[in-house]
Amino acid sequence: MSAPVAGTSLRDRAAEFGLTPEEYDLVVERLGREPNVTEAGVFGALWSEHCGYKNSKPLLRRLPTAGPRVLQGPGENAGVVDIGEGWAVAFKMESHNHPSAVEPVQGAATGVGGILRDIFAMGARPVAVLDSLRFGELTSPRSRHLLAGVVAGISSYGNAVGVPTVGGEVEVNPCYEENPLVNVMAVGLLRHEQLKRGTVGEVGNKLFYVGSKTGRDGLGGAVFASADLSEASEADRPAVQVGDPFLEKLLLEACLEAMDRGLVAGVQDMGAAGLSSSVAEMAHRAGKGVDLFVDRVPRREEGMTPLEVMLSESQERMMLTCRPGREGELVALFARYGLDAVEVGVVRDHGELRVIDRGEVVAAMPVRALNEPPTYVREGVEDPAVRAARERDLGGLAPVTDPSAALLELMAAPAVASKELVFRRYDHQVMTNTVVLPGQADAAVLRVKGTRLGIAATVDCDSRYVRLDPRLGAAHAVAEAARNLSCVGAEPLGVTDNLNFGNPTDPHVYFQLERAVEGIREACLALGTPVTGGNVSLYNQYVEGGRVRAVHPTPTVGMVGVLRDVARRATQDLKRDGDVLFLLGAGAPSLGASEYLYRLHGLEAGSPPALDLAAEAAVQAVVRGLIAEGVVDTAHDASVGGLAVCLAEMAVCGGRGLAADLPASGAGVLGRDVALFGESSARVVLAVEPARAAAVEEACAAAGVPAVRLGTAGGDRLELRVAGSPAVDLPLASVAAAWRRTFAEALG
Amino acid sequence: MSSTKAIAVVSFPGSNCDADALHALGDVLGAPVRLVWHDETDLGSPLAVVLPGGFSFGDYLRGGALAAHSPVMRAVAGFARRGGPVLGICNGFQVLTEAGLLPGQLARNRSLGFECRDVHLRVERVAPPFTSRLARGQVLRLPIAHGEGAYYADDDTLDRLEGEGRVAFRYCDPSGEVTPEANVNGSARSIAGIVNEAGNVMGMMPHPERAVEPLLGYEDGRYVLGSLLDAVLAAAA
Repeated sequence: MSAPVAGTSLRDRAAEFGLTPEEYDLVVERLGREPNVTEAGVFGALWSEHCGYKNSKPLLRRLPTAGPRVLQGPGENAGVVDIGEGWAVAFKMESHNHPSAVEPVQGAATGVGGILRDIFAMGARPVAVLDSLRFGELTSPRSRHLLAGVVAGISSYGNAVGVPTVGGEVEVNPCYEENPLVNVMAVGLLRHEQLKRGTVGEVGNKLFYVGSKTGRDGLGGAVFASADLSEASEADRPAVQVGDPFLEKLLLEACLEAMDRGLVAGVQDMGAAGLSSSVAEMAHRAGKGVDLFVDRVPRREEGMTPLEVMLSESQERMMLTCRPGREGELVALFARYGLDAVEVGVVRDHGELRVIDRGEVVAAMPVRALNEPPTYVREGVEDPAVRAARERDLGGLAPVTDPSAALLELMAAPAVASKELVFRRYDHQVMTNTVVLPGQADAAVLRVKGTRLGIAATVDCDSRYVRLDPRLGAAHAVAEAARNLSCVGAEPLGVTDNLNFGNPTDPHVYFQLERAVEGIREACLALGTPVTGGNVSLYNQYVEGGRVRAVHPTPTVGMVGVLRDVARRATQDLKRDGDVLFLLGAGAPSLGASEYLYRLHGLEAGSPPALDLAAEAAVQAVVRGLIAEGVVDTAHDASVGGLAVCLAEMAVCGGRGLAADLPASGAGVLGRDVALFGESSARVVLAVEPARAAAVEEACAAAGVPAVRLGTAGGDRLELRVAGSPAVDLPLASVAAAWRRTFAEALG
Repeated sequence: MSSTKAIAVVSFPGSNCDADALHALGDVLGAPVRLVWHDETDLGSPLAVVLPGGFSFGDYLRGGALAAHSPVMRAVAGFARRGGPVLGICNGFQVLTEAGLLPGQLARNRSLGFECRDVHLRVERVAPPFTSRLARGQVLRLPIAHGEGAYYADDDTLDRLEGEGRVAFRYCDPSGEVTPEANVNGSARSIAGIVNEAGNVMGMMPHPERAVEPLLGYEDGRYVLGSLLDAVLAAAA
């Protein structure tokens, strides 16, 4: 075998492969010769933003990734954290934004499929899915179409595979009209000793292709995901893959059984850039080379070129490194599930990915070069329009004339409104582990069978905060995720982040990215939640008539936590008449960047609330302690919509009213609105039986956390006062109706 | 006790509630259980057979249509003919109608979408081996999770089912009223579960195996699975 003969220069065609001319020159330098078409194509895919993180890697290096609970940090298929008693949780979030914009049902479905494979590639059994979805305003027919399609796609795939969808969030804003965001997080459970990694292992090991056959679907998906969307994207429909959850279920069971029986030395999902990236990454982690016999790859289409096979993103495929001598068992096991398991490669010490087609070497590329794309550190500049919006003086606003009507409007806002009709489409109970159902609390809670442990998970981001102040907004996303976990009683353990931004070559976008990563870093350090992995989705923008419309910078934060005793947990619904309502935390509410300002004044302006991370950590610790001691079983984070919305949600979920007197919030004509609807950080509302109220006050005093009695649960009305003056008085039924209306109409 | 003296939970490719059924019957209720693969042709002599929920063979054709032709179903049919208890839950109910072991069929939900939510069921039949622990008119709360759960049969069949006391459960409101609003999937005469002529084969759309542990918020599934255990353990004694 010899290296392929250098061809004529393809530099003029670099863009076809997703490379800039300069990157093409770098390929020539790394190869020591001109690449042929196959090599240029593989380099282009692996050096795409989607696979190579060339714009984000230097920034991501700043994130804290280590901690005593981290068993696997970034760089693998998923992060893994210890939850105690020999158990661990694998978790990761990934975007499927561009496919979902073009074909929402399949785009979202394959997003679920891909992230599940990342989880079982770690040796974990997937136990939960959460979704973070963003669309244009639901008054837009396109957004309603996308919402219905995405929900149908998640539903059809997750339900059939039999992994429960247990939580998530939906945010709407016109900036997502053309470019929706579909971020899917999956969580898996494993014993420490079951942990697997994506490696080829030792020289001589055989690589097995398992799962579905390879077709032309999803060809060039990694490159597609790394370019701006436009009208022409409709023509890219073939770049969207088609999912088969039945096959995924078989693949999942077969892979887990093969690992269980000790047949597997390494394993990796074939995700973006398919065969190319899985083999190149597995070889790179082992510091080895691979001879890949591309003609042996099972195909479902005739006449595919080696490059097409190398880049296909056909779904439901995995690459396994077999333990030496167990090859026959592996093939037989997969045959029992009716799945292909074909030996397609062998590990070599030449350090190259050699693609061999019917005995001929058609590509030979240094594994290291494939995995080390050029990285770019750019100069970020804040958009002056954003700064002006942030610094806008909000003092001149007129307060709302009717706070009751304002509350109803906020309850119906998509970010607040009940998602019950979305969750009903998802099987959230299969596997019989779901202890807290979606919509009942700030985070989902699952039990770990055979133990008292519980796992909690949440996904969060207020993209309006991030737009107006990327650093502070991203830190808020982390703080809120940790607060959500704390409100069910879980100790936050780790973060997976999904950075959805526009085109990084735009200095305004790069500024957002850089600052957001800084915000995540600060908050993760302060709250002790290392980042164990994630996904970067850039180029989330739409080009229309020469005008570029980027999405809000959206660093979605997925977080997992552990409950020592799942029986000691909290949900947000008011459970007993007469319970005392407490507000914990002294975060000063403000109207900047709030839902109130957006929905009632039509403004995306002002600075997000100040964030005191030490106060945040203190409040969260007290809440977790009170739940773990069994003092508190009702807790809810006061975030979007402020204290009024928080209290209204607790009342509606519990089917009982309340009367509360909210603390004054500064003077001025807006004081009442700030007290009701102002947003903040580090604030949690608890409801406790009167006999336990003193225990709450003592615990808060000991921790130096302010605790204020707000009022009492009970009745069938929602009565809110501000510093003694009546402000909101509504029948609970009308609050509930407003809260339930939005998604009934959007999905109806 | 020989290895076959157990409740056999059948796993078709694409079944996804098989592990849940094993957990509920075995770990929680303490029954002997055994997983049976779809291509087995001999069940031995199990205590009972449970066909679990899921998407057998992907259900791309019609819920349960392909699974009904699996090798194991011939053995299940033989076991049912000999009077052995067979319980089909959700997709298992669909398999039983497709296999002709129960009349009628399950059509797409009235909402045309998947529905995962709580339902209330009014108990219409009290008899071993599935509902002996229940009282007529008792109201159960169980979860459903299906896209094709609207029970359909022609009027003659429905009349016969009702006349012979073979309707086991109907969807109702929390007070036990059978109302159109409570009929979550648009089933004929609000039927949620039926038995065969001999009463030893039952299909139901709601999931009793998800509803046996207070930690998960449900206990009423114990009535159904507990009735089955009473029957098979009495028979085995």
